[in-house]
Amino acid sequence: MTTDRPTRGVVLRRTVAALAIALAPTVLATPPAQASPGADVAAHTHSAADTGTSTSTDIATDCQPDDATACVAVVVLNDAGDRIPDAEVTIAGPGGFEETVTTTAEGPVSVAVPEVGRYAVTIDPATLPEDEPLPAGAATELSVTAQTGGTGRAAFRVGGEAAPTESPTADATTAAPGGDDGADTGTGTTTEGGEVATAPEGDASERAFSWAQVWQQFGSGIRFGLLLALASIGLNLVFGTTGMSNFAHGEQFALGAALGFIAINQMGLSIWVGGLLTIAVCALTGLAQDAAIWRPLRRRGTPVMQLMIVSIGLSITLQYVIQLMIGGGSERILSNNPQPLNILGITLSTASWISMAVALVCLVGFALFLTRTRLGRATRAVSDNPALASATGIDPDKVVRTVWILATAFAALAGLMWGISFGSFNWQLGVQLLLLMFAAVTLGGLGTAFGALVGSILIGLVVELSNLVIQSDLRYASALVILILVLLIRPQGILGRRERIG
Amino acid sequence: MDEFLRILTQSLAEIIAPTTAAFAIAAIGLNLHFGYTGLLNMGQAGFMLLGAYGFGIATIAGFPFYLALLVALAAGLLFALILGIPTLQLRGDYLAIVTISAAEIIRWIGRSTWLQEWTGGASGLQGRNYKGTFQDLSPLPDGRTVIGPLEYINTGSDSWWTRIFAWGLVALALLFVWLITRSPWGRVLKGIREDEDAVRALGKNVYSYKLQSLMLGGMLGALGGVVYVLPLTIAPDAMGRTMTFFTWTVLLLGGAATVFGPVLGAMVFFGAYMLMRTGMRALAENTGVGDIITTTNVEQIGGMLVGITLMLLVIFRPQGILGNKKELAFDVR
Repeated sequence: MTTDRPTRGVVLRRTVAALAIALAPTVLATPPAQASPGADVAAHTHSAADTGTSTSTDIATDCQPDDATACVAVVVLNDAGDRIPDAEVTIAGPGGFEETVTTTAEGPVSVAVPEVGRYAVTIDPATLPEDEPLPAGAATELSVTAQTGGTGRAAFRVGGEAAPTESPTADATTAAPGGDDGADTGTGTTTEGGEVATAPEGDASERAFSWAQVWQQFGSGIRFGLLLALASIGLNLVFGTTGMSNFAHGEQFALGAALGFIAINQMGLSIWVGGLLTIAVCALTGLAQDAAIWRPLRRRGTPVMQLMIVSIGLSITLQYVIQLMIGGGSERILSNNPQPLNILGITLSTASWISMAVALVCLVGFALFLTRTRLGRATRAVSDNPALASATGIDPDKVVRTVWILATAFAALAGLMWGISFGSFNWQLGVQLLLLMFAAVTLGGLGTAFGALVGSILIGLVVELSNLVIQSDLRYASALVILILVLLIRPQGILGRRERIG
Repeated sequence: MDEFLRILTQSLAEIIAPTTAAFAIAAIGLNLHFGYTGLLNMGQAGFMLLGAYGFGIATIAGFPFYLALLVALAAGLLFALILGIPTLQLRGDYLAIVTISAAEIIRWIGRSTWLQEWTGGASGLQGRNYKGTFQDLSPLPDGRTVIGPLEYINTGSDSWWTRIFAWGLVALALLFVWLITRSPWGRVLKGIREDEDAVRALGKNVYSYKLQSLMLGGMLGALGGVVYVLPLTIAPDAMGRTMTFFTWTVLLLGGAATVFGPVLGAMVFFGAYMLMRTGMRALAENTGVGDIITTTNVEQIGGMLVGITLMLLVIFRPQGILGNKKELAFDVR
């Protein structure tokens, strides 16, 4: 199939690749724009915005909370404590609700919102008085929680030289009960530098460049890479044995974190018991999936293309199940402050070091399983050539079942340890990680177990080190740019073989 | 009873809503990719978001309406070229992985502070900044019009003019797809879907045909994005992965590889989706169901049901409502 390709296409591909590489440094060298810490603290709770169309609702400004009404109130204050009129503020939240209000000098403007939940309150800096602009680096968006019978308040402070960058959401927490991001980000994560996956407070790109910083980010990158490897090995094994890119694998990862949150944080189990329980439950979901969906479909000879779309349906379903379980906000598995531990000049939380050790042990154990045990060799045989493997007496169904159990269990373990060592996570964790996993396995070689390991470590390093030169809210994008470049230059990946790609 | 009528009216309104038309146009583009050529484009929302940004930013920069529309189409075309050149020579799932990733990159860049000056960051572009040129085109008189149970203003964001324009574009897109898929060009596309090597043996440049299909479908996606933001704001987070998956559900529900499938799919899907959500919300508010399902859970349960619908559709009726099962038995290559 690959023999009669037009050579012109190859030339074109190479040229584009060369161009892209030549342009890459200029992109990287672009000075980081004024980062605004906390600007997207609220925005990952955009569950509603993501669900599509809007419902029209009658909106009453100046709302009085009662048993059936939830309100969101907005006020803009200058540093003398006076209210600023005529600033435009947009309130957006669940159900596609969006409403723009104009502040007054008399008092807070409140709006009745159709549903309880988190609302993102965004100020339009252009509508502020010219002599009292938003301080440099201050958030333009705050997150408030609206509940029936109460008012979620958001206060913006304008004017003044000193930017309140330390706690950008502190102003908004007056009436935001229950684990607001502001509380999360204040606690100890800043010591680790760019730690929390979803909150860019410890944005390394804001700091001066130093080799100690590079070394620190290198350590973070190895941690990221090890956890990513644990998750993506399962993705790659499923691909190798069944030929399917499993788009629901990211949700399996998030499921580990979500169930871990429920078992450890909400049910109060110890980390080890709760963790083992989480992994067991997730492994069962793998077994159940294979028995209920994938094996019957394989028996019917359903094309791989359709299996992939089924896995996408499964990922949507799981994503909303996770949202039902943990809600739309950011959660932490361990609520106490992380204990920093310095090893070789890299400061990470103790939980992170333990996670890295566990991941390393699991990866080595997994490598031994694949190379030394009968079932592991059978797995590799099925990966290589299913027809030949079954001809030699290997039962492919048994192998694939084992692969599903292992893949979901490892994904859950990685997700759990991610939740423990990276601070807060939300229901969108799955999709973010899925894309990085795809980048990792493509870089390493789609379908090769050890390629996933190499690719993951590299992607982890790229993500964390890119933090030094580009803004942290774009650091995942750097990994995806690498994915596209890999496909241009060496589509089979580092460890892949040429014939796998045709 | 009033409540029941209100729910029905809302669902009826959703069937002809501009956003439904936007999804129909995007699904027509996806149909060209998937239904006719067999390409797995998992990033249609990226095309839509780029089209929306292209249109919005060009309008804010002072471009007239039709020029801004051209900018949006060019953005879709360029995105298709960038994605297609490296991946279309590889096996189909590489295109899926790259498109889903690239769509997310577009969204992340859009909501980052890097290009905030143009894209408005996470809060996006406000509608009033780019809707002016579109609303100036309206031939309708001022005031409101009532047709049956539906009442909208004639010209404005959520207006009859937006609806007429959106569904007019749907009709044009349908005509375009109908014409090109029954041309020799369209038959080559179907041939590629069924057996790439056979088409290659006939001396056709498969890569080039796939790239053309990706570009045309991507431009339709960008057009869908423009229609989607005309009554709303350009918010990057509203145009993420979920949007792509909704487009897929729309296409597979109506029937891939059929001309009218995407439009029928969009109408049925959004009508039913609205009926289900408003119905559940009414039940949760007024009856004992509210003790089990709170109103915040309605969105989540709705999303879950969409996922389950997609799975069941692919497993039990891959041809959707209108399609022919034989046309959808192909596999990725």
